[in-house]
Amino acid sequence: MSEFVMPRRQLIARAGGLAATLPLLSACDAINDAPAVRKILSMGEEMNRASHRALIDRNALAREFTRADLSPIFRANGTRLPAGAAYAAHAARGFADWRVAVTGLVARPLSLSLADIRSMPQRTQITRHDCVEGWSAIGQWTGVQLSRILTAAGVKDSAGYIVFRCADRIGDALYYESCDMVDARHPQTIMAWALNDAVVPIANGAPLRLRIERQLGYKHAKYVTGIEAVASLEGIGAGKGGYWEDRIDYEWYAGI
Amino acid sequence: MAQAETPVAPSAPVPLAPVRVYRHRLPTRIWHWVNAVTLLILLMSGLMIFNAHPRLYWGEYGANNDPAWLVIGSTPDTGYLRIGSLRLETTGVLGRWTNAEGVEKTWAFPGWATIPTSYNLADGRRWHLFFAWVLSIALTLYLLWTASGGHLNKDLHVCRSEWSPRHIWHDIKQHARLRFPKGEAAARYNILQKLSYIGVIFVLLPLMIATGLTMSPGINAGAPWLLDLFGGRQSARSIHFIVAWALVAFFFVHIAMVLLAGPVNEIRSMVSGWFHLPAERKDGA
Repeated sequence: MSEFVMPRRQLIARAGGLAATLPLLSACDAINDAPAVRKILSMGEEMNRASHRALIDRNALAREFTRADLSPIFRANGTRLPAGAAYAAHAARGFADWRVAVTGLVARPLSLSLADIRSMPQRTQITRHDCVEGWSAIGQWTGVQLSRILTAAGVKDSAGYIVFRCADRIGDALYYESCDMVDARHPQTIMAWALNDAVVPIANGAPLRLRIERQLGYKHAKYVTGIEAVASLEGIGAGKGGYWEDRIDYEWYAGI
Repeated sequence: MAQAETPVAPSAPVPLAPVRVYRHRLPTRIWHWVNAVTLLILLMSGLMIFNAHPRLYWGEYGANNDPAWLVIGSTPDTGYLRIGSLRLETTGVLGRWTNAEGVEKTWAFPGWATIPTSYNLADGRRWHLFFAWVLSIALTLYLLWTASGGHLNKDLHVCRSEWSPRHIWHDIKQHARLRFPKGEAAARYNILQKLSYIGVIFVLLPLMIATGLTMSPGINAGAPWLLDLFGGRQSARSIHFIVAWALVAFFFVHIAMVLLAGPVNEIRSMVSGWFHLPAERKDGA
């Protein structure tokens, strides 16, 4: 966001005229920041999650499109190039040594290479990506269903959530996301390595990103290094289940 | 509605004390004020959400590289609104404006029109998605009451004679001349009132809720027919925006009519339910 600085005199003149509205506006923001208000507003998220889970078939598929429907350019957002020498080195080697650790509440912890992932049965789907900001882009994704990875690792019944660890750092923390077991086992939830018949570009999450088609874009973790089955999201990050959830209070359930 | 406290015969002389009628029943009054608050919050938090991506498209997809039919944007020293090929400079109001601290900003809608007042998509969504539930539940209850409690038949039903173009045209002329119904006729809804309330309750508000749900990827999986109904998610987002402004237009006309028809009497009737019948004019108009 570019901010244009006005000449000082003009600034003071305008500020004088607007000063009258200042108490009203700050009162509005005080209401917005009150913990009790935030608690009430958060009920909306839980009502959305509970009603979607109650009314929508757990395996109901997101709409799949045809190649004629593809966005001419699939927009990238968030991190477009993870910082650091380690990621750059992986990119230089074509991610040949990239490993995804499958850990937590599993009977057989795994360390999967991209070759391992590509040797499993694949799913290709043309779906719409919806950013929380409001835009949408349609792309074709290919990858392995997360449910197959979880089955291969022998995920335990005590697992309530899957946490996705990522290689991109925003500010002082690594990106991460999480979902419940309904979305984790959903047939369209895949770990994708191809976008529109080419390997996923770095800006879109190379070499591996999550597709979780019934939720908004920030849930679709990019640059995935780890898949962890956990009983609770407490103690992970700030405990709200994702990078943006922890920092700016985005909804953890992003199905709307 | 319109149960006169004292019966008024059409031929009776105009009484000195105003005749009071019980005009709005409690559910109508509660719904009215819940809506007043809810729709204002939904509008202002909705403008915040729009600020996150101030472009509108038709079809399933749409992002920065795709053609938008509406854009609110900024150049280094102006703000503008573009609709199709029509471009209006809106510096100071849209696209480039000065906030309460005197700092220039380039978000689409200014801080005084959004919830919260500074850019915060997360909080805008929290307000919007909570009050969307308030709107939906209140509308559902009100529709059930309207259909079962006789409000629809007694007050909103448009009878055959009212549908005649002559009658509607007469009512439009009367409104344009600011000649509002007097006496007992003022206690009933006229045809333009009926049509605008029917339009809001049965068309605009359901459209807002349906297009809002169509933007949900979760709902899309459960009810993909909504995408077909509105022509895709980005079309639904555009319709959501247009209908929101139709509701704003209704609001301004509604407020103007209240002010012209006698604000104290009108607001009192929506608070206590009791409406004072305006005296009949001698010319019988």
